[in-house]
Amino acid sequence: MAIPLAYNIRNLAVRKTTTLMTALGIALTVSVLVAVLALVNGLRTAFHTTANPLNVLVMRKGATAELSGGMQRSVFEDLKSKPGIARAADGHPIASLELVTVINLPSVEKPEGMNITLRGITPVGLEIREHVKIADGRWFRQGMREVVVGKSVAKRYPDAGLGKKLRFGRGEWEVVGVMDAGQSANSSEIFCDLNQMGGDFNRYDGLSSALVRATDAVSVDALVNSINDDRRLLSTARTEQSYMDAQTVSAAPIEYLGVFVSIIMAVGSSFAAMNTMYAAVARRAKEVGTLRVLGFSRSSILTSFFFESLVLSLIGGALGCALVLPLNNVTTGIMSFQSFSEIAFNFRVGPEAMAIGVTFALIMGAIGGLFPARAAAKKEILVALRDG
Amino acid sequence: MFRYLPLMLKNSLRNRRRSVLTIFSIAASLCLLGVMFALYRGLFLAPPTPGQELRLVTHHKVSITQPIPAYFGDKIRQVPGVREAMIWQWFGGTYKDARDQKNFFARFCVEPDKFFKVRPEIVMPEDQKQTFLHLRTAAIASSDLVERMNWKIGEKIFLTGDIFQANPELTLVGVFNDPNTSETLFFSNAYLREMLGAKSAQQDLVGTFQVQVENVDAVPRVIKAIDDMFANSQFPTKSESEQAFGLQFISFLGNIKLYLMSICAAVTFTILLVSANTMAMSVRERIREVGILKTLGYTPGAILFIILGEAGVISIVGGSLGMVFAMGLTSLVRRGPSFMQAMKTLAITPDVGAICIALAVFIGVVSSTIPALTAARTPILESLRSNA
Repeated sequence: MAIPLAYNIRNLAVRKTTTLMTALGIALTVSVLVAVLALVNGLRTAFHTTANPLNVLVMRKGATAELSGGMQRSVFEDLKSKPGIARAADGHPIASLELVTVINLPSVEKPEGMNITLRGITPVGLEIREHVKIADGRWFRQGMREVVVGKSVAKRYPDAGLGKKLRFGRGEWEVVGVMDAGQSANSSEIFCDLNQMGGDFNRYDGLSSALVRATDAVSVDALVNSINDDRRLLSTARTEQSYMDAQTVSAAPIEYLGVFVSIIMAVGSSFAAMNTMYAAVARRAKEVGTLRVLGFSRSSILTSFFFESLVLSLIGGALGCALVLPLNNVTTGIMSFQSFSEIAFNFRVGPEAMAIGVTFALIMGAIGGLFPARAAAKKEILVALRDG
Repeated sequence: MFRYLPLMLKNSLRNRRRSVLTIFSIAASLCLLGVMFALYRGLFLAPPTPGQELRLVTHHKVSITQPIPAYFGDKIRQVPGVREAMIWQWFGGTYKDARDQKNFFARFCVEPDKFFKVRPEIVMPEDQKQTFLHLRTAAIASSDLVERMNWKIGEKIFLTGDIFQANPELTLVGVFNDPNTSETLFFSNAYLREMLGAKSAQQDLVGTFQVQVENVDAVPRVIKAIDDMFANSQFPTKSESEQAFGLQFISFLGNIKLYLMSICAAVTFTILLVSANTMAMSVRERIREVGILKTLGYTPGAILFIILGEAGVISIVGGSLGMVFAMGLTSLVRRGPSFMQAMKTLAITPDVGAICIALAVFIGVVSSTIPALTAARTPILESLRSNA
C-alpha cells in the first residue's frame, strides 16, 4: 500500500525554511542550465529563420563563408541560366548576386565599435528574402548612397538611426529605412545597393556570393549537385539552411561552459539535497516506525521518501525556470566567427529548455533522495520507535 | 580563543555524514568558483607575457577581415621606435578533412627573414631557422601541434585554401617552442603571393602586420604614429597591443564578463544556502546540548563563537578540497583542445586559491550567524525542555 503523497507535501511545508533553501540551491543550478539553453536556442532560431528552404547559396569552390565567398560576375552570368532556378512572373531568374563585408559602428554596449554585416544587393536580393519588410522609411534607391538598416541595428547602434549618416567606404551614406526581418539574422545587417557599394570597396568583379531560388522543394538537392558538379562554374553550392545552421557553432563555447558549470553545480546541489533528506529521515524516525507498525511495507517507505525528494527537486526546478523567465526575449549579441560581425538575437526560454531544466532537477532529486530513502526503509521498527 | 578549537572540531565530526556531504557540496561549488576566477583572471587581469608587451598588431580599422596594402610594411618600419614590422596573414584553409575537428589548427603566412626579430621569444634550433629562411615551401610548427599531429621533420603538409585560391604544398622543416603560440603553423608569405599570381586582387593585400617596438615607453607613441599616418588613406588602420588584439576574439562570445560574473554570483549564493541550511539543521539538533553548555557556565558569546567556528571549519575543509578539485580540473583543461590561449595557461594561482578559500570561510560564517544567534539567545530552560 502506498503512503499518500499529501503526507510528503505536508512534511515539506512544515520544514519550510529547509525546504526552501534546498529548493533554491537546486533552482540556481537549473537556472544556469536553462539560461544557457535559452541563449543557444535564441541564436539557433535567428539563423534558422533567416533561411528559406528553397534557397541555395553559391560561392567560389573551397570558400566556407560569404565574406571570402569570391563569386565573380562572369560565373554568376553562367549560373543564372542553370536549369532548376525559379523564375519570377516576368521571366527573370530569381538569382541574387551579393557583396558582403563588415563595417564598424559604436554600439550602446561597446563604444569602441562592433562589426556589422553590410550586404550589397540588387532588387532581386529583396525578392528572394520575402521575410524582410520595410518597417520605417523606405528602401534604398539604386545608384544612391543610401542604406537600410535592420531593426536590431537601429536599436543597438545609436549612430544608425533613421535619417542619420554612416561613414564607410568612400564617404557618407544616408540611412533611409529600417527593415524588419523578424527574428532572423538579417535584422542585424545593413543593406545597400550592390553597384554603389562595389565602387566604394573596389570590388567590381570579385563579389561575395550568389543566392538562388530552386523551383521547388524536390529540385533543391538536384540544383545543389548540378552546381557543384559544373566544372565551368568552379563553385560550391549548399542550401542556405545548412549554411546558417552551421553558424550556430558560434555559441558552442558558451554552451560548453554553461553545461560544464551546471553539471558541477548539480553535484553540489545533489549533496545538499541528500543532506536535507537525511535530516528529514532522522527527524521522522519515530514516524517511520509508526508507519511500519500501521502496516506500511519497507518499499512503500522507500518510495515515499524518494517521492518527497522528487517533489522537493520539482519545486526547485520550477523555481529555477521562473528565475530565468525574465530573460525571455531579452536581446543580446554575439559575434559570428563566420561573418565576423555581430548578430543580435533574443533569449528564448522555450518549453524544451524548461523541460530539460526540470528533468535535470528531478535527476538531482533522485540522486539526493535515493540513499536517505533506503536508510529510512531499512530502519528496524523497534529501534526507530525508541530512538526518535 | 583557541581553547574552543577541540570543541568545534568535535562538533563538526558529530554528524559525520552531514559534515561530509556539506563539505563535498561546498567543495563542488568552490571548485567551480575557482575555475571561473582563474578564467576571469587569465582573460582580463593577466599581465602581458614576456615578449607580448613590445608587440603590436596593425590591421584595418574596421575589421581584420578587410585587407590593407602590403607596402604599408615599409612605411611602418620607418616610424621612429619601430624595430621591425612583418606581414602576419591568416591563411585559414583546410588540412585533410575539415569536417574532423582534429584537423583544425591556426595557419599563418609570415616573412621568415623578419619572423625571429618580431617574435624573439621563439625557441628553435639554428639549422632549422636557416632552412625556414631559405626553402620557399618551408613550414614550421609549434611543438604542441607537431606532437598532436604526430608529424616529423620533413613531413609533407598539403593545405587547401578557402580565403585564398592557393593550395600550398609545404614541408615541415622546424619545430619551435613559444609560450605565446599554441597549435600554429607558419609558412612564407612570399610563397603564398607566388601561388596567387600577379592577376589576383589579393596579391598585394595583407590582413595584419605584427610590429616589434624598441621599448615599452615608445608603445603608445608608435601606435598613434602608425594610425595617424594611414588615417586619411583609403585604408585607415588600427594598431593595438597583441594582448588587446587577442581579447577582441574573446568579445566575440558576447559579454563574457557578465556571464562569468552571473555564474559566480549563482555559485556563491548556492554556497550560502548550503552552508546556512547545514548549520541550521545542526543547531536545531543540538539545542538541548547548548542548554547544558550554558548551565556549565558557557556565555552566549562563547556559544556563538563555537557555532560560527564550526561553520568556519567546515568551510575551510570544503574550500580547500574544492581548490584541489579545481587544480585537477584546470590541469585537464590545459591538456584539452586549445580554444583560446587563456585555456592553455588556466591555473589556480595562489591568489585565486586564497581568495576562494577566504570567500568560503566568509560565506560560511555569515550564513551561520542566524542559527548561531538563535542558539546563543535561547534561554536555558527552554533549550533544556526542547526535545528536538
